Amino acid sequence: METRELTCIGCPMGCLVTVTLDNGEVKEVTGNTCAKGDIYARKEVVNPTRIVTSTVKIVGGDKERVSVKTANDIPKSKIFEVMKDIDAAEAKAPAHIGDVLIKDVAGTGVDVIATRNVEAI
Amino acid sequence: MKTYDIVIVGGGPAGLAAAVAAKEAGNDSILILERDHELGGILNQCIHNGFGLHTFKEELTGPEYAYRFIKQVLDLGIEYKLNTMVMDIAPDKTVTAMNREDGMFQIPAKAVILAMGCRERPRGALNIPGYRPAGIFSAGTAQRLVNIEGYMPGREVVILGSGDIGLIMARRMTLEGAKVKVVAELLPYSGGLKRNIVQCLDDYGIPLKLSHTVVDIEGKDHVTAVTIAEVGPDRKPIPGTEERYTCDTLLLSCGLIPENELSRSAGVSMNPVTSGPVVNESLETSIPGVFACGNVLHVHDLVDYVSEEAKRAGQNAVKYIADGCKEVTGDNVIELCATDGARYTVPSTINKERMDDLLTVRFRVGDVYKNSFVSVYFDDERVMHNEKRILAPGEMEQIILQKKKLDEYPNLKKITVKIEKE
Repeated sequence: METRELTCIGCPMGCLVTVTLDNGEVKEVTGNTCAKGDIYARKEVVNPTRIVTSTVKIVGGDKERVSVKTANDIPKSKIFEVMKDIDAAEAKAPAHIGDVLIKDVAGTGVDVIATRNVEAI
Repeated sequence: MKTYDIVIVGGGPAGLAAAVAAKEAGNDSILILERDHELGGILNQCIHNGFGLHTFKEELTGPEYAYRFIKQVLDLGIEYKLNTMVMDIAPDKTVTAMNREDGMFQIPAKAVILAMGCRERPRGALNIPGYRPAGIFSAGTAQRLVNIEGYMPGREVVILGSGDIGLIMARRMTLEGAKVKVVAELLPYSGGLKRNIVQCLDDYGIPLKLSHTVVDIEGKDHVTAVTIAEVGPDRKPIPGTEERYTCDTLLLSCGLIPENELSRSAGVSMNPVTSGPVVNESLETSIPGVFACGNVLHVHDLVDYVSEEAKRAGQNAVKYIADGCKEVTGDNVIELCATDGARYTVPSTINKERMDDLLTVRFRVGDVYKNSFVSVYFDDERVMHNEKRILAPGEMEQIILQKKKLDEYPNLKKITVKIEKE
């Protein structure tokens, strides 16, 4: 049996969660104060994922950059590949919250979407 | 001269939520004054996610969270002026402001809501020795340069202070290709949220050195190196512990200060612990009809709590006007007091007649406490005793007082919040 201490990042509470593992299999999760913590802990020890947020260059708009995020979480190991695609991208105004700016970023199957409105000028 | 019932100073998260709540409470004469060229305040540059879990039950980025409120302000037809700087708030609630279109103008208001937010502690307030070259930024300035303007302040970075903006910027700069060498924190604990240490530093292998500070900055025209050293319990550098980092950028994330110049000149009583106004249960300052909410009142770590607090300020301003703009006096004022590890409470006083059925009292602790209790005393009787696995200065705490519980203590004079070991 192996135990791992994690700080849950599901919300700003930052609960201290203890995961008990047996041969890489999660046996028990304790210390979490909500269901989110249980899900996070199980995922974090087996397949950690993150939402990536950044900005994309946008042309013809009332702003220079449009802020973006991955529509869902992506594997932690893919963060820098995702960033490479985001940095290479260029959007055209207008862009509105939720608009897909990059499809299937870095082969993750996840889209990058705008988190801010940029109007065309 | 145009008059308004309610003038809100600041169009950030606090001002927006206060405006929406005031409108929804039935007041149609509201004006928001904002000095920036758009509404939303600092949220516009906080492009990371984690906002809104409490308010909207989903995880939003800063701009998305701001837009939820901006849209309500627009849909409700609430008036606002951008690029407008408030110069003065008089004790009679006349607001003096200026902008390029209107010049200098005055608005007599029945109620004023202070929602000016806070600003970062600058280098000048930190007494860091060394040259004053280019390449030293507050973390929030760097955040604006990267996220709004699209410029990188530098490539090799040292960060002093582990406030949330510093942690967020450590990750942000790393994602954009910079090498963040170290985050140094003067105190033996971080001032930021635990989740930010995990996902902004640990995820990227960025070392956090607690009880460390900057003792030298090198570089005549631009930063070339920064030396940090360990500090003792007296927070003085320990000779022989110096470590030199070559770098081109030093970011400072050393605390936020409520921006209260206007409140002070209006004559509002201030709380020296929070650097914000002293307020009662209605979030009303020492001047009747002047309310405060958000980071100008006390620095929050969650915008969700700012919105919730601002909503109450907006509703209370409407109530104040509907009740005839009367100063509420009464001997039934209960004092709130923070001791034994609790640093302050917001509010500072409760007038039971004006109290809602449930009242949220927020406070911060002054040190890290493990397996301790948050206790509440009504005069000398302990009435609440909540066990906490961990309490930290970086995380705001709260207790909820029930009016019907207070009614059981008709002679109650003082409510004390304290941290106890058992």
